[in-house]
Amino acid sequence: MHATLAETFNLDESRVDWHDGALWFVRQKRDRAASQVPEWESLRDLASQIKNHTLARLDTYLLELEEKAQQNGIRVHWAADAEEHNRIILGIMQEHGFRKMVKSKSMLTEECHLNPFLEKNGIEVIDTDLGERIVQLRHEPPSHIVLPAIHLKKQEVGDTFHEHLGTEAGASDPQYLTEAARQHLREKFIAADLAITGVNFAVAETGGFVVCTNEGNADMGAHLARVHIACMGFEKVIPKAEHLGVFLRLLARSATGQPITTYSSHFQKPRAGQEMHLVIVDNGRSAQLGRSEFRNSLKCIRCGACINTCPVYRRSGGHSYHNAVSGPIGIILAPNLDMKKNADLPFASTLCGSCTNVCPVKIDIHDQIWRWRQTVTAAGYSGFFKRLGIKAMQMVLSNPRLYRFAGKTGRLVLRFFPFLLKNGLNPWYKNREMPEVPGMSFGEWHRKNRTKQEAS
Amino acid sequence: MTSREKMLNAIRHALPQPADLPDISFQKNVLDLPDQFMLVLQSVGGEAQTIRVEEVAKIVRSKFPEALRIVSTVQAYSDFAEIPEPDTDPHSFANVDVAVIKAQFGVAENGAVWLTEADLGGHRVLPFITQHLIIVLEEKNIVANMHDAYTRIDLAQTGFGLFLAGPSKTADIEQSLVIGAHGARSLVVFMV
Repeated sequence: MHATLAETFNLDESRVDWHDGALWFVRQKRDRAASQVPEWESLRDLASQIKNHTLARLDTYLLELEEKAQQNGIRVHWAADAEEHNRIILGIMQEHGFRKMVKSKSMLTEECHLNPFLEKNGIEVIDTDLGERIVQLRHEPPSHIVLPAIHLKKQEVGDTFHEHLGTEAGASDPQYLTEAARQHLREKFIAADLAITGVNFAVAETGGFVVCTNEGNADMGAHLARVHIACMGFEKVIPKAEHLGVFLRLLARSATGQPITTYSSHFQKPRAGQEMHLVIVDNGRSAQLGRSEFRNSLKCIRCGACINTCPVYRRSGGHSYHNAVSGPIGIILAPNLDMKKNADLPFASTLCGSCTNVCPVKIDIHDQIWRWRQTVTAAGYSGFFKRLGIKAMQMVLSNPRLYRFAGKTGRLVLRFFPFLLKNGLNPWYKNREMPEVPGMSFGEWHRKNRTKQEAS
Repeated sequence: MTSREKMLNAIRHALPQPADLPDISFQKNVLDLPDQFMLVLQSVGGEAQTIRVEEVAKIVRSKFPEALRIVSTVQAYSDFAEIPEPDTDPHSFANVDVAVIKAQFGVAENGAVWLTEADLGGHRVLPFITQHLIIVLEEKNIVANMHDAYTRIDLAQTGFGLFLAGPSKTADIEQSLVIGAHGARSLVVFMV
């Protein structure tokens, strides 16, 4: 599946090169920002240790968060799965007789497919992050958790805005298009009854939560609407406010190379006359917590650094991952949600380890990808031909005579009958050159030369 | 069983081995904090200007001669700015051109200022909905980094708190940086 979708993305080679370059540029900005903090590596260690500690006492911290949040006047809800999460939100809308909602970026609501559910129930949902609004107007999912419209060129955004927002035909200047979106979304902010935001961090000790944006859309929504609902996966809880110091230093530098996001808003209590809700969601997370080899994935703070650096993501695009979260982190989260549907994803990696090297909370991402390959295969979900190929490889590699024979045959075939391998039926040949044929194997070469030297 | 119990049970069955909470302490290389703050603020699209306290009104007027509605949450600025009533409907700030707000402190490492509900006069939407934002910051109130910042913050004492670093921005169209997404189009920090 990933390979097929990536093939579609690769039809336009210049776009792939551009996509690759745009993301690598973000990766370089991250490197510059990280190198300006002398204690960067210690911060990564601290962040990882804080998360280790929190995951081991998750029940305690969630209960503390609930208690303190309630004392602050926030209503707390627990949702075991996506469906319950969606029903809670619809319920709050219906209870007030509301029809219009604005939503800032929340990958959790993408994971739960909240928008289509609400729209089916007659609710107008407006995504207010610029990138998310662009893909929403185009009826596409976001292709990146931080840069939702990174797969689009400005001309395409211009066409979309011309159709929906009435901008001039052919206009593609980002400044002009952003201004048009600003005007359009201001009306939506003013008219909205209810605002949904995600949660970057929820603090058990204070019973509040922090939301980070650069555009200010989460705050424009939350501070104008009568009701604010914040949705969080339960792994977003951290013990104390002082830990925010560690995570906020890491988050934006890892994400975009900024020293901090423009706005880091700490919501503690509803404003006078406002109603505030916090929805705590499981949706498979407790299962992931129980998988000792994969639970580290719950440390993720959704910065996207692993995505920007991934050579496969950069050249295959976010949509090829067919999951709300794409890239390396998506690969290790998705099979937990649906192993059968996402069995292809662990193979969309070169296992180069760059993701692990940039992760601000030190998740062993590429090791987990490698382990997921084994887990989905053991569960019988990897493709038939892949299993057959690996079986054949195993037989050849464990038998020296067979190995030598296969090597010789391969070299002969490539030299005299190249069309047998260089054809559309060989998946390895797609997008790859077959190697130059050496005259002899290393083993043969070594035997010959060693003998010569010893003779002289 | 409620979902709450179901989730907590599932979590309790899956908990990993206990791990200690680490201490957070770093050696600081103390630089010139105001200098560092101004430098970083400029790099994130903001502007810093060192002025004398009594010049605030004059400079605001000269910077925004065409502003029709200037709002402030600082009583001392009532001679040149409107001080909104505590129970003002947030929607009514939609036509504010300039807001002038005093910050608690600034953070040198990232150019952010810390604002609480009290600094905003209870008008949480003000620094976002205004077209232009002016922050007044006392030079002596600048800390080195975020760890120092959180030692000065008591979240239990406020309903809302905000680190704000620069004007609203986006790079969602082809990674081109555009200032003025949904929040303020410009930020000037007056250092007094």
